[in-house]
Amino acid sequence: MAKILVVAELGSGALKKTTHSAITFARTAAQGTGGSFDILAIGRGAEVAASVLGTFGAGSVLIAEDPYVADYVGERYSPTVASVAKSGGYDVVVITASAFGKDLGPRVAARLEAGVASDIARVETDGGKLSYKRPMYAGNATATMTVNTSIQVVTVRQAEFEAAAPSGGSSAQSKVGVERQPSGDKVEFVAFEESVKSARPELTEASTVVSGGRALKSADGFKTVLEPLVDAFGAAMGASRAACDAGYVPNDLQVGQTGKVVAPKLYVAVGISGAIQHLAGMKNSKVIVAINKDPEAPIFQAADYGLVADLFKAVPEFADAVKKAKAEG
Amino acid sequence: MKILVPLKRTADPDNANKIKIAPGGAKVVTDGLEPKPNPFDEYAVEAALRLTENGTNPKARLAGDSVVVATFGPKEASQTLRQALAMGADSGLLFESTDDNLDGDLVARALAKVVEKEKPDLVVMGKQAVDGDSNQVGQILAERLGWPSATFAMSIELSQDKKSVIVGREVDGGVIKLKLTLPAVITVDLRIVSPKSITNHVTPATHNYQEGARYAPLPMIMAAKKKPLAEAPFASLGADGLKTSYVKFEAPPARKAGIKVKDVPELVQRLRAEAKVL
Ligand SMILES: Cc1cc2nc3c(=O)[nH]c(=O)nc-3n(C[C@H](O)[C@H](O)[C@H](O)COP(=O)(O)OP(=O)(O)OC[C@H]3O[C@@H](n4cnc5c(N)ncnc54)[C@H](O)[C@@H]3O)c2cc1C
Ligand SMILES: Nc1ncnc2c1ncn2[C@@H]1O[C@H](COP(=O)(O)O)[C@@H](O)[C@H]1O
Repeated sequence: MAKILVVAELGSGALKKTTHSAITFARTAAQGTGGSFDILAIGRGAEVAASVLGTFGAGSVLIAEDPYVADYVGERYSPTVASVAKSGGYDVVVITASAFGKDLGPRVAARLEAGVASDIARVETDGGKLSYKRPMYAGNATATMTVNTSIQVVTVRQAEFEAAAPSGGSSAQSKVGVERQPSGDKVEFVAFEESVKSARPELTEASTVVSGGRALKSADGFKTVLEPLVDAFGAAMGASRAACDAGYVPNDLQVGQTGKVVAPKLYVAVGISGAIQHLAGMKNSKVIVAINKDPEAPIFQAADYGLVADLFKAVPEFADAVKKAKAEG
Repeated sequence: MKILVPLKRTADPDNANKIKIAPGGAKVVTDGLEPKPNPFDEYAVEAALRLTENGTNPKARLAGDSVVVATFGPKEASQTLRQALAMGADSGLLFESTDDNLDGDLVARALAKVVEKEKPDLVVMGKQAVDGDSNQVGQILAERLGWPSATFAMSIELSQDKKSVIVGREVDGGVIKLKLTLPAVITVDLRIVSPKSITNHVTPATHNYQEGARYAPLPMIMAAKKKPLAEAPFASLGADGLKTSYVKFEAPPARKAGIKVKDVPELVQRLRAEAKVL
């Protein structure tokens, strides 16, 4: 009978969709153990987010909104999350493994003397006991692990836990005060420099992702050659590390072991060699297409459909054909 | 300023697809894969060196500055420490242990003990070890020490008085800038080794570093053999107990073999008729 605390993620004052994956974990784990879950919203916008969070079937939604925790600073969030988890008698604290969850989860665990299962792809509830599957070695091994402490901290992969849909109703709401620790005053939030927002879907939420690699040669190459294909599909745009490092696209478009992990219905890799660090971030996609001029490129070993071609010729043709196919319906 | 860089030895990460699972799934076998420093830890060493040198003359630390590298691992991990010493770190600490006897929490508790002894002004470390892919030690260490911290650093600016740093954290949707009062913990991301990622007010602002972590030239490799490297059993740190258990390992399901299409029309046709994604 696991009692689970979901920590919601807020960004720039609004609820982030990442949260819905942690809720899916909570529902699965609660159902499998005959337990229940609550949701904690902490940060600027928590009160507004609470009414939406109340429609997912949580027992209650806890709200911590205070200038001290307005912007995300790990040292300022962890004492409150840990204190809510402890005083509420929770068995599991779950956060989605976004940059936010990866930072906050282990901190909360440290304060609770809890073990962490990080970046998990699955939860199992055999015999009412929780165990977790998580990829290791850039996705080349799957480990089954357990946490031995009475309270556990889990971070979940957004790509592996489908976003929860609201189930109706409205959970009880209550406010909680913020806790402090001395290190919270030794960190000052200076600024959030937002990367240019695009009108395209979020990388981790899109059903189609089109990614480009070093072969696109420049920011202009992304703009004039890749983007028409991205938009023909109505897809999110991704990139390899080489393309991000070279400054062709913003860093947060990086797909891979150390970037974003995605698992869309369709993933199109253009001019990407398929290094294992890249494969780790996309090989669980349902259908994979690769376009590369080198027939030996490792990406072809992961691709369902491979096209050996010069991208500068093939991609414009592909974009046109996709547009036409979509128009025909 | 003294910087501690914790560093893990990993089986050649570029060939992680060659690991094997022992019969029964008892463990991951990495035999035959060359041991290499965890790439993020190499980046951490590079960042620590850049913080403590004049980039136009990187042969010596700035007066009063030092970089200490530490690892928990088998005896052979001293080779990995030597590699960091050859890059330019000043001294190394090996606490002998097998990897199966460690988890993120224990590594962090042991590191806290090392910090107590070494009293660094800054801990700079990788954001994640690319074998376990846990991404947790830095966060746990910071909370345990009660030190301010910044994870996923892509830039570090040391203040002129060396009492604080402004760190750019690479997060979803942009960069968060945090100002930390030292002593502090920083975990680094890939972009920390770009040409202008580090400011220490000694290296001229016009200086461009090479992209990536530096290679050790032969004279430095020779010199590294004479640098101090202390070895002690892990147990001497007085930290033990695991909070997690790994029960079983499996190979991920293999993808079924794909096909090569001859041209764009065939690709589009198959995506429509066969894969039904268009
Ligand atoms: C610690 C660490 C973490 C990393 N994390 C990641 C990560 O998260 N994500 C990631 O992607 N990488 C990551 N990497 C980097 C990874 O190892 C590769 O270096 C990177 O993925 C290569 O990017 P690329 O495929 O775009 O470039 P390249 O390897 O240079 O490949 C370019 C490809 O384009 C093809 N090509 C060239 N011209 C054309 C043309 N005209 N038409 C068609 N094809 C063409 C070439 O045949 C080649 O296959 C990491 C590396 C390290 C060390
Ligand atoms: N055995 C170890 N010895 C020294 N440092 C380690 C060890 N394991 C992890 N670390 C440090 O902790 C960081 C994060 O590791 P992890 O949380 O395991 O992904 C690494 O980049 C190292 O700096």
